[in-house]
Amino acid sequence: MRRLIVSGAIALAALVTGAGALIIGGGAIAAGTEAHPPKRSWHFQGPFGTYDRAAAQRGYQVYAEVCAACHSLSLLAYRNLMELGLTDNQVKGLIKDIVVPDLNDDGQPIERPARLSDSFRKPFPNMAAAAAANNGKAPPDLSVIVKAREGGANEIYALLTGYVPFDKLSPEQIKEFAVTKDDNFNTYFPGHKIAMPPPLADDKVTYADGTKATLGQQASDVTEFLAWASEPWMEDRKRTGVRVILFLLALAGLMYAVKRQVWSDKH
Amino acid sequence: MVATGALGAVGAAAVAWPFINNLNPAADTLALASIEVNVMPIEVGQAITVKWRGKPVFIRHRTEKDIKEAEAVPMSELPDPQTDNSRVTDTAKKVRPEWLIMIGVCTHLGCVPLGNLPGQDKGPYGGWYCPCHGSAYDTSGRIRKGPAPLNLAIPQYLFLSDSLVRIG
Amino acid sequence: MASSHGTPPVFNNKVIAWIDHRLPIFSYIEKEYHTFPTPRNFNYFWNFGAIATVMLVLMIATGVVLATNYTPHVLMAFDSVERIDRDVPQGWLIRDLHMNGASFFFIAVYVHIFRGMYYGSYKAPRELLWILGVVIFLLMMATAFMGYVLPWGQMSFWGATVITSLFSAIPVVGDSIVTWLWGGFSIGNPTLNRFYALHYLLPFIIVAVVALHVVALHVHGSNNPTGIDPKGPQDTVPFHPYYTMKDGFGVVVFLIVYSLVAFFGPDMLGDAANYIPADPLVTPTHIVPEWYFLPFYAILRAVPDKLGGVIAMFGAIAVLFVLPWLDTSRVRSSTFRPIYKWCMLLLVIDVVVLGFCGANPPAGFWIPLSQAATLYYFFHFLILLPVLGKIERPLPMPPSIADAVLKKKAG
Repeated sequence: MRRLIVSGAIALAALVTGAGALIIGGGAIAAGTEAHPPKRSWHFQGPFGTYDRAAAQRGYQVYAEVCAACHSLSLLAYRNLMELGLTDNQVKGLIKDIVVPDLNDDGQPIERPARLSDSFRKPFPNMAAAAAANNGKAPPDLSVIVKAREGGANEIYALLTGYVPFDKLSPEQIKEFAVTKDDNFNTYFPGHKIAMPPPLADDKVTYADGTKATLGQQASDVTEFLAWASEPWMEDRKRTGVRVILFLLALAGLMYAVKRQVWSDKH
Repeated sequence: MVATGALGAVGAAAVAWPFINNLNPAADTLALASIEVNVMPIEVGQAITVKWRGKPVFIRHRTEKDIKEAEAVPMSELPDPQTDNSRVTDTAKKVRPEWLIMIGVCTHLGCVPLGNLPGQDKGPYGGWYCPCHGSAYDTSGRIRKGPAPLNLAIPQYLFLSDSLVRIG
Repeated sequence: MASSHGTPPVFNNKVIAWIDHRLPIFSYIEKEYHTFPTPRNFNYFWNFGAIATVMLVLMIATGVVLATNYTPHVLMAFDSVERIDRDVPQGWLIRDLHMNGASFFFIAVYVHIFRGMYYGSYKAPRELLWILGVVIFLLMMATAFMGYVLPWGQMSFWGATVITSLFSAIPVVGDSIVTWLWGGFSIGNPTLNRFYALHYLLPFIIVAVVALHVVALHVHGSNNPTGIDPKGPQDTVPFHPYYTMKDGFGVVVFLIVYSLVAFFGPDMLGDAANYIPADPLVTPTHIVPEWYFLPFYAILRAVPDKLGGVIAMFGAIAVLFVLPWLDTSRVRSSTFRPIYKWCMLLLVIDVVVLGFCGANPPAGFWIPLSQAATLYYFFHFLILLPVLGKIERPLPMPPSIADAVLKKKAG
């Protein structure tokens, strides 16, 4: 039994080392000049968390009306929006004004109305065009943005709400980070000067469900949407995980009983 | 001991399932399982070809003459007897004889028959003609002459409105 | 003519007997995995060979399924992996199990290696068994390295660039070798394609070497925590049901830990930067390999000279090959080696420290720390082991395994 604990400890040590090294390593990576994003509580956090579908629907509205002008979401298709609790007709209603590129029968490029089976429309045909239209810096695709940042949802929310207007900066900050009037200063961006101007403002969108669209609300909703977009299967994963762990615990208990019984004449 | 074995067997089956199920069609494939086509732009006497589940589908806006010819053919003359009426009924049992929707794959060995595009040879029965081995189809897409054994297949379709049809 | 191992077992089932007379698989299984005499005093460290085998099978099964949906082209690789996650039925599960399975395969193998080192399982007559094990470890590292490139994220691309570029340190032929490895002037489509082909191939070579590894094991049988050879049936038990059931229990417990990570922390052991599609024009601020490579990465960077670093890194694995000859002690198991026991603990701590060094940028105090830790690693193998074996006084050893077991029960 002691050996079991020792081996378990070693395995756990290896796991902790791996995770720890990455956390400390990750911490070291993030410990540039920018601040650590504050931890918020999200509806989907924890082993039993689920996505707040109402928030994600509002977040889609923010994405569609504000972000989609520059940021693609190319790994998702319009049919995926049905997973947010919308019927196929509701989604068709949402996308009725969207056109996507296609080829006609003569092989010539045309634009046609979007269908459920289409991937999200890209605002630019490729990254080079996206960069050219945005001062040399292509706005990244947002399909997995929440997984692509160490701080996850906290970092995305912090970024969206972390802009400081030039006239609110202290002289020390201006000097230390060489900020000019034309720069966009963001507390949580590495180097503090982000190419994207503040995308959100109070009441920039009017929510379909009547929720008050403060900057913070929009940021929170679009982050919930983007978290879902990064991992739509998360609820499936957690649900399966609970069942698997319970099953394995039961099986482990039984296997231990069998093992003790087999070894009873030798112990 | 038996309980452990049983639990283990259940576990093994539960583990095996994803490995087998993953070969089933993926969500993006299933999304294209049915398509919706706006048939309003198709003039009388005109036909279009759309792609559905990787196959060509002929949609012809039949003329009165086409319909009358098709209805006049006696069953005894058909190698694969089928009434014209049964070939223009959608899944809601509504008959629209002016719209003939068929899978454009010859039932002999799989070539795509001619007759959909203007100027193409419609064959001796005014319908479709397969250049590969000479199968001739009538204005209802039924086989009349040649080696093909069956009429051109009709997919499941439903008119969602007078102008919008969902195939599949 | 029949099996050359004495009287073949008699099977009551006529079908089995018919097959066995022509191809003795059933007698083989009967002999090697049923009645096979195994020391009775294994502790749970001995589970990890079986656990590693289970992980190997899992990796191959999930890998083949992933291969039915993955596209090894630079323009489509990242998206094809996302498609597996999003659109393929249970694709996310298979991908998740494969991704975290690699980590847990390494965990199992590292514990397995520790057992081998602590209990002297590499000593005569098991030197070749040990060497085959190091070969498996090397093949695993190659497989894992190439596998990590396939999703074509930023870390995939840049990690591959860094590690393949190392070979340019070889004098005279270095640059040609790197161009040959890449199939071009940088990591690109030819590289991705060949890594995919080799990543698919190597696991089956691992299976073959594992088979040799187990055959070698069965020649002299397993070592045990006392390091004393079994002297008779009072020292052993038949493998089935004693160790089949104990291994089964151990495997399930391991799977619980594995499932906790796979289902509730699937990206915990990975790097967020790999969710950014590879961009040859943008270098990530910190290029870090997967955690199981971190100690070797630290050793590589500890040496200021490029070629020196490469030699040190490969040297760190090369010392494992010659371990049976570095250790001069006539006592197998650390149970009876009071000083060496502590040296093993220090080695584990040293490797963990090296892991942390590898995860952090080579700056500040991490530099002298990695250098010290690297020096200690080689000190352990090249100086401590040969010297300690000669000067250490071992503890008194019981005459047999059975005595050791009885003493433990009484004490």
